[in-house]
Amino acid sequence: MAAPKALILRSPGTNCDVESAHAFELAGATTESLHIRRLLEQPDRVDDFQILCLPGGFSYGDDISAGRVLGNEVRLHLADACRRFKDAGKLVLGICNGFQVLMKTGLLDIDDDQGPQATLTLNDSGHYEARWVRAAAVPGQCVFLQGLSDLDLPIAHAEGKFVARDQDAFDALQAAGRLVIRYTEPCGASPATYPANPNGSVGDVAGICDTTGRVFGLMPHPERFVDRTQHPRWTRGGVEEGAGLKIFENAVGYFR
Amino acid sequence: MLWEVDIHPAPTEADRAAERLVASARQAGYGEQLNAATARAFLIQGEHLGEDQVQRICDELLCDRVVERAEFAPVGDDRLLATPARLAGDATLVQVLPKPGVMDPVALSTETAIADLGIERPLVRTLNKYWLTGVDAAAAQSVSDRLLANDAIEQSVIGPLSVDHLDAGGAYEFHLQHVKISGLDDDALMRLSKEGQLYLQLAEMQTIQRYFDELGREPTDIELETLAQTWSEHCSHKTLAGRIAYRDENGERTFDNMLKETIFAATLELRERWGADDWCVSIFKDNAGIVRFDEEDNIAFKVETHNHPSALEPYGGANTGLGGVIRDTLGTGLGAKPVCSTDVFCFAPPDVDAADLPPGVLHPRRVMQGVVEGVRDYGNRMGIPTVNGAVYFDERYLGNPLVYCGNAGIIPRDMSFKEPQPGDLAVAIGGRTGRDGIHGATFSSAELTSESEDLSGGAVQIGNAIEEKRVQDVLLAARDRGLYTAVTDCGAGGFSSAVGEMGEEIGAEVWLDKAPLKYEGLSYTEIWISEAQERMVFSVPEAKLAEFQSLCESEGVEAVVIGQFNPTGKLLLKYGEHTVGELPMSLLHDGRPPVVRQASYTPSPVTPLTPPDKANYTADLLAILGSLNVASKEWVIRQYDHEVQGGSVVKPLVGVRSDGPGDAAVVRPKLTSRRGMVIGCGMNPRYGDLDTGRMAASAIDEAVRNCVAVGADPKLIAVLDNFCWGDCEKPETLGSLVRAAITCHDLSLQLETPFVSGKDSLNNEFSYEADGQKQTIAIPPSLLISAMGQIDDVEKSVTMDLKQAGSALYLVGATRDELGGSHFAQVNDLEGGAAPTVDGPAARDTFIALHQAINSGLVRACHDLSEGGLAVAAAEMAFAGELGAQIDLSAVPFVGDGDSAAARLFSESNTRFLCEVAPENEAAFSEALGGRAAKVGVVTDSQELTIESGGAAVIKSPLGELKAAWQSPLAW
Repeated sequence: MAAPKALILRSPGTNCDVESAHAFELAGATTESLHIRRLLEQPDRVDDFQILCLPGGFSYGDDISAGRVLGNEVRLHLADACRRFKDAGKLVLGICNGFQVLMKTGLLDIDDDQGPQATLTLNDSGHYEARWVRAAAVPGQCVFLQGLSDLDLPIAHAEGKFVARDQDAFDALQAAGRLVIRYTEPCGASPATYPANPNGSVGDVAGICDTTGRVFGLMPHPERFVDRTQHPRWTRGGVEEGAGLKIFENAVGYFR
Repeated sequence: MLWEVDIHPAPTEADRAAERLVASARQAGYGEQLNAATARAFLIQGEHLGEDQVQRICDELLCDRVVERAEFAPVGDDRLLATPARLAGDATLVQVLPKPGVMDPVALSTETAIADLGIERPLVRTLNKYWLTGVDAAAAQSVSDRLLANDAIEQSVIGPLSVDHLDAGGAYEFHLQHVKISGLDDDALMRLSKEGQLYLQLAEMQTIQRYFDELGREPTDIELETLAQTWSEHCSHKTLAGRIAYRDENGERTFDNMLKETIFAATLELRERWGADDWCVSIFKDNAGIVRFDEEDNIAFKVETHNHPSALEPYGGANTGLGGVIRDTLGTGLGAKPVCSTDVFCFAPPDVDAADLPPGVLHPRRVMQGVVEGVRDYGNRMGIPTVNGAVYFDERYLGNPLVYCGNAGIIPRDMSFKEPQPGDLAVAIGGRTGRDGIHGATFSSAELTSESEDLSGGAVQIGNAIEEKRVQDVLLAARDRGLYTAVTDCGAGGFSSAVGEMGEEIGAEVWLDKAPLKYEGLSYTEIWISEAQERMVFSVPEAKLAEFQSLCESEGVEAVVIGQFNPTGKLLLKYGEHTVGELPMSLLHDGRPPVVRQASYTPSPVTPLTPPDKANYTADLLAILGSLNVASKEWVIRQYDHEVQGGSVVKPLVGVRSDGPGDAAVVRPKLTSRRGMVIGCGMNPRYGDLDTGRMAASAIDEAVRNCVAVGADPKLIAVLDNFCWGDCEKPETLGSLVRAAITCHDLSLQLETPFVSGKDSLNNEFSYEADGQKQTIAIPPSLLISAMGQIDDVEKSVTMDLKQAGSALYLVGATRDELGGSHFAQVNDLEGGAAPTVDGPAARDTFIALHQAINSGLVRACHDLSEGGLAVAAAEMAFAGELGAQIDLSAVPFVGDGDSAAARLFSESNTRFLCEVAPENEAAFSEALGGRAAKVGVVTDSQELTIESGGAAVIKSPLGELKAAWQSPLAW
């Protein structure tokens, strides 16, 4: 099969589109960046792609709350196209702001009859923070994390604290194997305390997938670790390559 | 119908905003009784807006039901005023909302998002609500004034709001205004200058008066404003680019254009010297300086200040300061892509007692928090990493904090120049024009006083970063399609300076009624001089207009033709069919009368500084590490995204735990290339008290050596100057600046380091009345040098953290008795002494030799010696690398008189580095440095720093204590 095509969805305030496209290209995909306005005009255009990526940034300034305005646009106007995309066995990746958007679209199967089972909200620190963290992948059926265990990745966000509606909701997501990536202490130990868990996420949750494992959202930025010189300690030796690249390679490999 | 929606934290969630407020209120002395609850709220006005619709707006848009709870009712309803159940006791409600006309991006997004739900587009305003208990009404008012609302942009209401509708602005009725200037005597001219906020000098007012006398008419208000904007210090740099008669111990010297004959002249001489190897591209003429990067691209760099606005409204001032300098990059050549930002701040110490503040001054802690947040929210939203910076503290920044914001970008080589063509249309894109930012350009020429807030609140603005991101996206796409011939940003002076500059060589006609407005009611003059943010002006050939506008429309950016560049040599301003202003371009750009300013510099006599002779200096080292200038700035750095765009190679914080102070940032602007950009800076206001020439030399040396320390090629480092000074109408103040500029010229030639751009901010003085006397606080002379270097292969970069026990430590460069203005002098309250010098030719040789060693892979870690000298550098390298170090002072090469253990430990002599070298590379390293390096110690695995002198330890401390001293002061 030819290289899969990844749609990099832009919106006002998206700002990680270039490096996300670069990561997909390094992994062997071809990419096209498309503005949300083009997609709203022609929702069918999404059918030309195998992977949909919602990159990081501040869609619509994160006004009201992170990802809310873009999430509403997708939910209100692109629901059919997105359902078709998902039903066709294709992949969706939301990174940082893209994850925040996904949480508000319905694509992550996060809503039950009582409403959303979980959300992402303001960090415990009360403000934006950028730092590298250690994350542990528990891939289960998540396509993107296959073969990954522990890896270093950077986070950069103000609203990344994962909160479940209640313990039942958390337990249900956990039991379904959907809490697929967690913050750990640098030594790999759990639970993680600040700053290893940088935002106060319940259960140290850094990312989740949908019920199929083909839709995945995470707060850390794998596209910022696709080259060894991006690692904060590469000058100390021992960093051979960018571990985040594997997530993009898994997506591309899924179609091979 | 006007509804109010309040968003509260859900009962299961903490009220974080309230926790923060309580913490800062207690810190500010409001007592332990104070408690608070908060809500963010929306006023939503829609003619037919019903309860069901508001419920839907809450559920689907405004309230996150997992963690929040919404309360809504018609505005004024008791339910909205009731104290939330989570707060016990009787509360005073304080409501804070932006003043009408102040940018409120959340309200704008909310309006659009509500319309997207299929509900009629309403008017929205946001507000914040605070219920306070444990304080009386007077204290609540005081909390509101000091911690919650800033009068420059916000209004606060104690108790219920009295609004019953949101105002969309009233219609404007055209009326052409003339200003009487003929027959005014000198006093009346100056009164007009001041009361009209023109801030022009007498000779300039007289020139204007003569011009209109000859025409036989009075000027219109817009003509007077245009002249004031164009001739303002901010736009024309008339002081430093003007005539100066300068006198110092070497005699007298007169300048026709001081900057041109010093800093600029040095770059020209270097370019001539380099001939075919000249790597400068565009110098001192565009919005940013441009130099060559690789075969395809050039890189651009600019640093701006936004001091006056930040003094009045720290968040908005810093916010729009960064937004403005990013637009400088976008408006350079045909548009450079912003790659990274820098920020350097100067504040008064944050522990000043609030009771000691002069009237009209915000507390430095609040200034600092606001400035940091302002830069954070703009840079992060734009997706531009903030990679380098510094923070300095001095009491004299109390009334005038300094906010330097820089931005570097990359631009294709063939797009580095612009030229509007006759007949091109002037197209404004981006944000709409409002009443915000009126008189910013002229106001920055005025001294701040305790009344400035009342007088010039209009000069303060809040930015909308997403609007600017949209503009950036569209600009780069239009650039690559060749849809315009020139672009510039609307900075100070708004359209007046943007169109005036672009049309300088041609002429321009402007149709002010065409400019899109945020709200009705603006006069033609307000439209012309408004400094509303996020606007840029393009010159677009008529044949390209349709494609340009359609591209803008496709990304949701408004693009409107507001005029045309006509070959008339004049500026013609029209509102509908009315001509409201007509001025020759020659008057605007060359008509300013030459004023000769007097400048004098008298070197202060050097008084000896004899350091106390101690057996142990560990306490001094801990005190310096814990002094505000040296202490860790991690609290600031972590709030900035320093990695977006994916090019980060050497981050601002480095080492085992990513918390050591990196010297300069290394960034790959092109993800497909290994070539890197290196960004560093240097600044030493403390040396300026002794000698501004040495201060300038030290700042240049520091900026360059920061870059060299991480691996930059010293032959390809370009620098920028930013002079922030006091009132330069005072000859000795101006003289101290000229002294610095002459040093910049001399050292630039010696180091072969060109200045490529610069900016100045003068009149940084604050006056107020105390005991019936006028008191003035002038800032110390503050020259920031920013450096942009290059590295051929980023994998050759080194960081400052120690890497391995057993390595040798080499000190590069000579140490002298230069404790004047040092941090050792500061923590010991010592006056006098000599500020550090720079031996230019020797420095250049040292930089080249060290670069060779780094580039050959001979250096494991490298750190520049600056504040606190050898002892501080060694401590920082050790705790960042979590490895001990043992150093012998007797091995330190010392030159000249005044040798002492204190000088060897803490002297701040320039051009020095501490390098970690693997044992197997010692011989090669020594050879590469050719006698400029001495082995002074070794890296150990002891977790302890030991520095010996004559066999006895003069410093001995566990790394944990050193690091704690360094981290604790600003661990907010």
